[in-house]
Amino acid sequence: MARALPYLLLLPASLFLLAFFFYPFGLVVVESLTRGGEWTTENFSRMTGHWKFSQAFWNTVWLAAIVVPVQLIMALTMASVVQKLKTGRSGLLYIFAIPLGISDLAAGLIWLAIFEQSGFLNSILHAMGVIDRPQLFLGYQSLWVIFLAVCLAEIWRATAIMMVIIVAGMGLIPKEYNEAAEVFGASRWQRFTKVTLPLLRPSLQTALILRILMAFEVFAVVVALGGTTLPVLMGETFQWQFQLQDRGVAAAYAMVILGLSVAFSLVVLRLLHVPKGARI
Amino acid sequence: MSDVTIAAPREEDVHRAGRFVFWAGIALLVLWVLVPIWFLFVNALSAPSEVTSFPKRFWPSFDLASLQFFWNFQGVTAALWNSVKVAVLTMVLSIGMGAPAGYALTRFDFPGKEFFRILVIMTRAFPLPLLALPLAVMFIRTGLDDTVLGLALVHTMLALPFAVLITFSLFSGIPVELEEAAWTLGCNRLQAVIKVVLPLALPGIMASAVFAFVISWNEVFAAAVLTIENRTLTAFLLQSLNVSPLPLKFAGGVALVMPALIFIFAVRKYLFAMWGIANR
Repeated sequence: MARALPYLLLLPASLFLLAFFFYPFGLVVVESLTRGGEWTTENFSRMTGHWKFSQAFWNTVWLAAIVVPVQLIMALTMASVVQKLKTGRSGLLYIFAIPLGISDLAAGLIWLAIFEQSGFLNSILHAMGVIDRPQLFLGYQSLWVIFLAVCLAEIWRATAIMMVIIVAGMGLIPKEYNEAAEVFGASRWQRFTKVTLPLLRPSLQTALILRILMAFEVFAVVVALGGTTLPVLMGETFQWQFQLQDRGVAAAYAMVILGLSVAFSLVVLRLLHVPKGARI
Repeated sequence: MSDVTIAAPREEDVHRAGRFVFWAGIALLVLWVLVPIWFLFVNALSAPSEVTSFPKRFWPSFDLASLQFFWNFQGVTAALWNSVKVAVLTMVLSIGMGAPAGYALTRFDFPGKEFFRILVIMTRAFPLPLLALPLAVMFIRTGLDDTVLGLALVHTMLALPFAVLITFSLFSGIPVELEEAAWTLGCNRLQAVIKVVLPLALPGIMASAVFAFVISWNEVFAAAVLTIENRTLTAFLLQSLNVSPLPLKFAGGVALVMPALIFIFAVRKYLFAMWGIANR
């Protein structure tokens, strides 16, 4: 009985993972490779043959490529700033962490309030005398503005999650390392790049993997700001599943997102690999 | 004399300038986080006619017409209620399955332990909302389609890994000696857990439950894929984005943001501990 106890305790969670994680992922793989009950790659050729695919793919990848590095720098800045504070630390941390609790849809709506035609950006520009009448920012004629707005909304929303992980990670680094470096005459910047950053690698790993995954799943922010004008992978998946009622192609899209996520997770793991003995 | 002071500014001045930059940077970051939220609230607390007028004021008129319009809009109260039901169910399911697993991982050494832990961590490298695609089919077969329970099961899959890892570290923080003392005083294993461990772990468990609630409350993609009649608030807002007037969107945005803000505030003490843990 005592032997079986841990397994009994793990049983519900394990069964759940089996039924709602492994099984459905198996189903997606099968669904993407079959059509009308036969094995085929037609779903993928339909997907890549559609004019929106390459746009959606590159929009998603570029979005991630721009947003993630900016966020990494911002999150590191926020975390370092907070570390240096003596008073007001927890208050500042709470403010920085607020976007963590905000849904991507709400974040999209928040930035819509800024960028829409009667929105706050137009009002600010008007008050400064730059423009006479409101400009249409989020139209299909100016795709790059939609792209920029999505970038800003994503940076605004999801920097907090990286910041929180990095702050937690910095808390785990023993103070002595930094003090030792200071004794040997390392400048503040040297201490940051030579001591803090290397010791922070496990946290950076987690933060980057989580964040890159979220970047490939970008969906509601884009829909809120640009509707379907700016195609992204997750949005196309939704379109094929719902509007076009083609589950096979939707599954193929899912495989692309999955592939990107796994590939980049592996890259991050490899780049920021920490040997077992070197962990704190 | 004056030439000398220009050529080599006093150390004190450099210090003061550095401090000024530091605090200005903090102020900028705080504004960057708070101002967009402020704009959303200004919109939601102004009359519908003000929301669409130009140029805009940067202070709300505290007219509740927008919020009333939102509240009385067909389907909104039902959607809100659905969101609450799904989130509560997610909370109960993920803690109900996650806490026993977390306990087993802390208190027992058994073959397969490491395997289970890695399995749970691995789920994070997958874009989980995509699970909604195959599950939509599976749910139609089992009659779970378009139900609160069906969606809650998918959201539980999102929240369960966190619940397992967080409770794992919570229980690790409670000395096993306390339990052993309870055994010697005549408690059996279950009694010791209920009377000794649970009261100590309760605040942390509550925090991770709140976390599960917020994950479910904010989730958009799976909710939009899996619900048609019984939409949650996020699904409702997403599906009506291109037909609903601006005041409705912004009032809906506030309705989405408010609970998240309150909850994040309630668990702020645990935020960093939890992410630090979910990190390992």
